[in-house]
Amino acid sequence: MPRPRPTADPAVITLEVNGERCAVAFAPHKTLLEVLREDLDLTGTKHGCELGECGTCTVLLDDAPVLSCLVLGLACDGRRVRTVEGMAEGARLHPLQETFADLGAAQCGYCTPGFLLTAQALLDANPRPTRDEIKAALAGNLCRCTGYLKIYEAVELAAARLRGEDAEPARETLYGRR
Amino acid sequence: MKEHPDAQYYIRGIELPETEVSTDLEPWGETRVVGKPLPRVDGYERVSGTAVYPADLTLPGMLYGAILRCPHPHAMVTAVDVRRAAAMPGVRAALTAFTPLDRATRPHADMIRTQLFDPHCRFQGEAVAAVAAETAYQARDALRAIQVQYEERPFLADERKALEPGAPQVRDSGNQAGETQVYQRGDVARGFAEADVVLDQEYRNECEIHTPMELHGCVARWDGDRLTLWESTQGVYNVQMQVAATLGMPFSLVRVVGHYMGGGFGSKLQTSKYSVVAALLAKTTARPVKLVLTREETLLAVGNRPASNMRLKAGVKRDGTITAMQFWGSGASGSEPAGGVSLLDWPVRDTYTCANVRTELTDLLINAGPARPFRAPGHPQGAWALEQMMDALAEAIGMDPVALRVRNVPTVSQARGNVPYTSTGLRQCLEQGAAAFGWDAVRAEIARQGNRGTVKRGVGVAAGLWVAGGGGPPSTAVVKIFADGSVNLNMGASDIGTGTKTVMAMVVAEELGVAPDAVEIEHADTGSTQFATGSGGSKTVPTESPAVRAAAVDVKRQLLELAAEELKVEVSTLTLRDGKVVSTQDPAVTRSLTELQGLRRRRSLTGVGYRGPNPANKAVTPFAAQFCEVEVDTASGEVRVVRFVAAHDSGRVMNQLTYQNQVFGGITMGIGFGLTEERVLDVDQTGKMANLNWHDYKLPTMLDVPADMTCVPIDPKDTECNATGAKGIGEPATIPTAAAIGNAIYHATGVRVTHTPVDPLRLVAALAERGEG
Repeated sequence: MPRPRPTADPAVITLEVNGERCAVAFAPHKTLLEVLREDLDLTGTKHGCELGECGTCTVLLDDAPVLSCLVLGLACDGRRVRTVEGMAEGARLHPLQETFADLGAAQCGYCTPGFLLTAQALLDANPRPTRDEIKAALAGNLCRCTGYLKIYEAVELAAARLRGEDAEPARETLYGRR
Repeated sequence: MKEHPDAQYYIRGIELPETEVSTDLEPWGETRVVGKPLPRVDGYERVSGTAVYPADLTLPGMLYGAILRCPHPHAMVTAVDVRRAAAMPGVRAALTAFTPLDRATRPHADMIRTQLFDPHCRFQGEAVAAVAAETAYQARDALRAIQVQYEERPFLADERKALEPGAPQVRDSGNQAGETQVYQRGDVARGFAEADVVLDQEYRNECEIHTPMELHGCVARWDGDRLTLWESTQGVYNVQMQVAATLGMPFSLVRVVGHYMGGGFGSKLQTSKYSVVAALLAKTTARPVKLVLTREETLLAVGNRPASNMRLKAGVKRDGTITAMQFWGSGASGSEPAGGVSLLDWPVRDTYTCANVRTELTDLLINAGPARPFRAPGHPQGAWALEQMMDALAEAIGMDPVALRVRNVPTVSQARGNVPYTSTGLRQCLEQGAAAFGWDAVRAEIARQGNRGTVKRGVGVAAGLWVAGGGGPPSTAVVKIFADGSVNLNMGASDIGTGTKTVMAMVVAEELGVAPDAVEIEHADTGSTQFATGSGGSKTVPTESPAVRAAAVDVKRQLLELAAEELKVEVSTLTLRDGKVVSTQDPAVTRSLTELQGLRRRRSLTGVGYRGPNPANKAVTPFAAQFCEVEVDTASGEVRVVRFVAAHDSGRVMNQLTYQNQVFGGITMGIGFGLTEERVLDVDQTGKMANLNWHDYKLPTMLDVPADMTCVPIDPKDTECNATGAKGIGEPATIPTAAAIGNAIYHATGVRVTHTPVDPLRLVAALAERGEG
């Protein structure tokens, strides 16, 4: 039995996703979040509220963090999108991904892709952020698990490594302060 | 105990599987792996975007389901017309209370038999109808085309008015769920007569909602008579048993898979109607169905920490002896009995030594979404009352708040008939926490400075314990070692983000002398993994780790027996280290696991472990004391939490990193409970929720949480509680937090705010009442 998936006439756009140009056809009312998850199979980008309140769906659009649930797919024609899938080089994780995993900045992991991309945009623009600058950059991303402390530490450690420093996690980060 | 999350099986008369008990294991001495701050074994999946959560799953031919929900707090559905919706493009099924599939009543999660779509809607968000369509948009569009006739009824949105004459009735049985529960020991009247000071205070906490980052949802697929659910859940067996009972199926034909899930905090401990809806839509259409709730639906219909009203009267002697405590509590279950006062009085009953205690709990119904267990049900509320009262008593008798608590540390569980604790580190939590915080010095400094400006500094302490620590049976684990020395662990427990898989890999590594990353884990699948209760109640590690250890020890025993035969030595002289069998007596006697002929011949060895019972006539309880510093802007009413020190006795620290994760996350959730989070119902006009989104329902962000949080683990070396010595940390971490903040606000301002969340409006009003600000 044929199973049609009727939609309105699809829109077709060309965009660069994680370094590769691709054409994608989708129902024209879809958001970038939906195009990424449903039409490009990039499910690393998560859906948290669809109202622009939680930051979970953050991706980079022309290197700037955007809430992909508030961006129409049609608005991305000819633009560059980076998602969490594009952060690693093959199986080698980005320093931010590495420090998030190693320091426990990812617990359930659901908010993690959004935090990672927001943090990447911060570090691209500001390689040596203060805690207040990290706070200002990441305050739009909600996390219900970690209490954010490990996220600060992971961003700081990744920033040091991206600056070429031979940084290791502080002892108190791993064992706590006594 | 009725309140225990897993008690639902007993209540429904579903037999809980009995498991054998593994032989007693010697307590660990020094550990080589356990306790280290190891990163999560599934860290790569969680940071790379490759972890597949239920909403990420797409199956061939899959449809999208959606649920139409009642917009009114109280209404009768008299007619539902789906003809227009059913004729829309892509729509494949529409279910309502009037379709033949839903004529029968079924037992739902609330233990009340109703139709799936109960025409009597008792809360905004009750399910009225459901559709399945080719795309998610078509499903949502179809919902809007369904025509429902509602007959609105008077509603009750404030539980404080539930028992007033003429109040709208939520259920025919009235607005109270069950009888008022009374607990009593000693004689409070005599106790109050003996006191030098008696204080009496009312407290209230507003309703808090779990809101995990991941939406609730599942994918349902049938293969003939067999149903598979990929579910975002804390317990795959909870869902299996409930869905099977609701649909009248054998457990074995319902397979529930829950590998990754994005947080639950109790709201995903039990089964929701949407899972049954998805199953029925999939059955009707003979297609797989994905059904993911919207954020609004999760705020309305999948649980909350109910609002609590408390009054505590307490008497103390000048020497610090607490002579009597009397506690009255009421709470709002919501539209059905759902634990509205669950464990609310436990902190008063058991935290401090007191001979004369009486508590009364009244569970009330209102027209709002039902409660669910939420990270330490009842405890943060009970601690909000008790711990502020302790501070007030200390002040009244001129004693330091830490000293008064230390003076009254109990050694037995008074509420359980004075059985001793397997360990109690409450005194160390208070003393070592105070030392780490610099309690005496900072209080002296604030007193010296005089706190004159508009921004005032204050520090506060609160303690706590968690009733359901220590876990318990049943649980089964299987460990399998392959001929190449690599290991597979099979367990049913969900890893809800807390690091369960990591801790269990460490337990296996500890016993078998292999690296934790050589341990592959199969988990959370009723079709292919062992039985486990849901991951909740801070009991996952203390329940599962002894079973996993027993399974690993079973494999170890078999390996050492093989090796003893091959090496011709006594088995008792052998142990495992770094992938080798080694002798504890002769360093020359050694054999790599891969060279064991017996293992090579068999290809693998399998060990089975069971969770044994907890010690008889003992109580297993985690304890905590938290200290915080705040700055209160008396002009704006804003509270800035500056730092936190959390000292916890949760038994053995299994993994420093995941332990800290629980503590810092628990503090942050407590900051939300104390300062920002509140379900606002329009109680007078519409009865509807007024902050149905994350913009208006305020979770703490990075701006609201101190970057200065310190975790002080207290390990009492508990060798009695279970075979690994862990007592559970997830819930204790959030119990004292809000009360510590409340006490710090009082220390800063001299104003006692008894009503959470202490937002600027409430605080400014309280300051104004005192003529400040």
